[in-house]
Amino acid sequence: MDIPTDTTPPPPRVEDAKPTTAAQKRAARGATRPGDRIFLALSRGSGIALLLVMAAIAAFLAYRASIALADNEGSFFTTFEWDPAGITSGGKPVFGIAVLVFGTVVSSIIALVIAVPVAIGIALFISHYAPRSLAAPIAFVIDLLAAVPSIVYGLWGALVVAPNLTGLYSWLDDYFGWTGIFEYQGGAPRSLMTVGILLAIMILPIITNVSREVFLQVPKFNEEAALALGATRWEVIRMSVLPFGRSGIISASMLGLGRALGETIAVATVLSPSFVINASVLDYGGGTFAQNIASKFNEANEYGRDALIASGLVLFVITLLVNGAARLIIARRKEYSGANA
Amino acid sequence: MAKRIDVSGLNAYYGSHKAIEDISMTVEPRSVTAFIGPSGCGKSTFLRTLNRMHEVTPGGRVEGKVMLDGDDLYGSGVDPVNVRRTIGMVFQRPNPFPTMSIFDNVAAGLKLNGSYKKSELNDVVEKSLKGANLWNEVKDRLNKPGSGLSGGQQQRLCIARAIAVEPQVLLMDEPCSALDPISTLAIEDLIGELKERFTIVIVTHNMQQAARVSDRTAFFNLAAVGQPGKLIEIDDTERIFSNPSVQATEDYISGRFG
Repeated sequence: MDIPTDTTPPPPRVEDAKPTTAAQKRAARGATRPGDRIFLALSRGSGIALLLVMAAIAAFLAYRASIALADNEGSFFTTFEWDPAGITSGGKPVFGIAVLVFGTVVSSIIALVIAVPVAIGIALFISHYAPRSLAAPIAFVIDLLAAVPSIVYGLWGALVVAPNLTGLYSWLDDYFGWTGIFEYQGGAPRSLMTVGILLAIMILPIITNVSREVFLQVPKFNEEAALALGATRWEVIRMSVLPFGRSGIISASMLGLGRALGETIAVATVLSPSFVINASVLDYGGGTFAQNIASKFNEANEYGRDALIASGLVLFVITLLVNGAARLIIARRKEYSGANA
Repeated sequence: MAKRIDVSGLNAYYGSHKAIEDISMTVEPRSVTAFIGPSGCGKSTFLRTLNRMHEVTPGGRVEGKVMLDGDDLYGSGVDPVNVRRTIGMVFQRPNPFPTMSIFDNVAAGLKLNGSYKKSELNDVVEKSLKGANLWNEVKDRLNKPGSGLSGGQQQRLCIARAIAVEPQVLLMDEPCSALDPISTLAIEDLIGELKERFTIVIVTHNMQQAARVSDRTAFFNLAAVGQPGKLIEIDDTERIFSNPSVQATEDYISGRFG
């Protein structure tokens, strides 16, 4: 503890035993010079501001949601309908999020299932296989992918990707149609599957970049341990790189999942929405939270907007749960993680 | 299973920089050969050419011959992966696989080699840990991560991992430089036991250690920074430390160097 001599308390008298003045308290915290004080204020202020913003968002969502939920005649969690204006039920608002939960979760899972293996592959290629002359351009292209605005993805998805997916859909139907999940009945492929594929491309950069960073951080001596035992390059990756990067891959995937859950405009452009839950991910229809809010917000009245906000609150909670789950997974593996090596 | 190493006319490079030049020596089986010399003289680089770990470094390449009982390790068609399975290595910094249990660390090499039975695995792990004088300390926590051990224990775990695959040669790159004196003593005792079974080459900065553990000692030096390192002489350890034939060796071991 370095306490500058000029702020050291005078020889102890009874009332000086504890730091009582503001200056002494500051000295005890180590913030006596102006630079320290300003930085402390800045960093503490930023931290508090973050909490305030989160609290304000939560409070706003909760308040407006409570208004909507108080009058909802349907069951919020199980109703397959979105009619806060009560057009079909004689003025009684009926709305529920079951379809949105299903659509959001299913499309995000499809996106993760496609994106995570590809992202890990690209990240490993950049970090461990590609010659330096190739690694840098690939990393640059991945970054470019992240810079494409989501509306562009949406337009491309709707005009180019979706029309060209009928072949894949028929193939899936031929070989996996028996599962029921991949039954294709024809029609425009503007389904949750198409949304999932598009989301996979959109979340690829973030998962790739975070994974690559983690793979590059694998200590050299960890990889040499495997090499010296006679491990091939793939075995080095399996024994040293992937285990070291496991929690990083999980965090990266969760970041990607967060983006997929909340992606709005690309989904709204591609999906042909309807308030149904299809057993097959290839059937058009369904919806996601963000897409539903974006599509309905403009035409909704005050109450309709509150209903949409209620659904937004659920998305908020789901995202929190996903992040919490990710942290739990990472914490449980901590003993074995590379972090304490 | 211990084999002789014959090196002749060996040069090693990092890109265009020549790190060691024209090294020839013989390492006798079932003995401990120590490499000493100032930092940057290429002794670690030379050690890493003996199991083809040098070429793992970007730009690393080797010229010359390393014969293991007559087989050229750098011959065409020789897979470096197989070389490393025959010539084990222990590093300066203990590097157990942090995500693996103690048991899996020791078994890692066997699992790589592919051919093992579950029951064999238990035997080999126990034998290797006993061989590394670690069994009594870890036998009750074989399923705990290896990274939870002390530095000295981790290094002995790495030795157990290296000897589990029954290599012909064991290379040690300053294995005690990150350890306290008591752990160092434990490793030195262990080296004395292991030389009954393996050919051991050890790089060390500690000349007392070289004098204590080795049968033969090689002194490396470099003319100036940026110049390639060279082998000055190799002889029986006793002779190197009492009556070396080259003046530079005597200057180095008596501290009159530089």
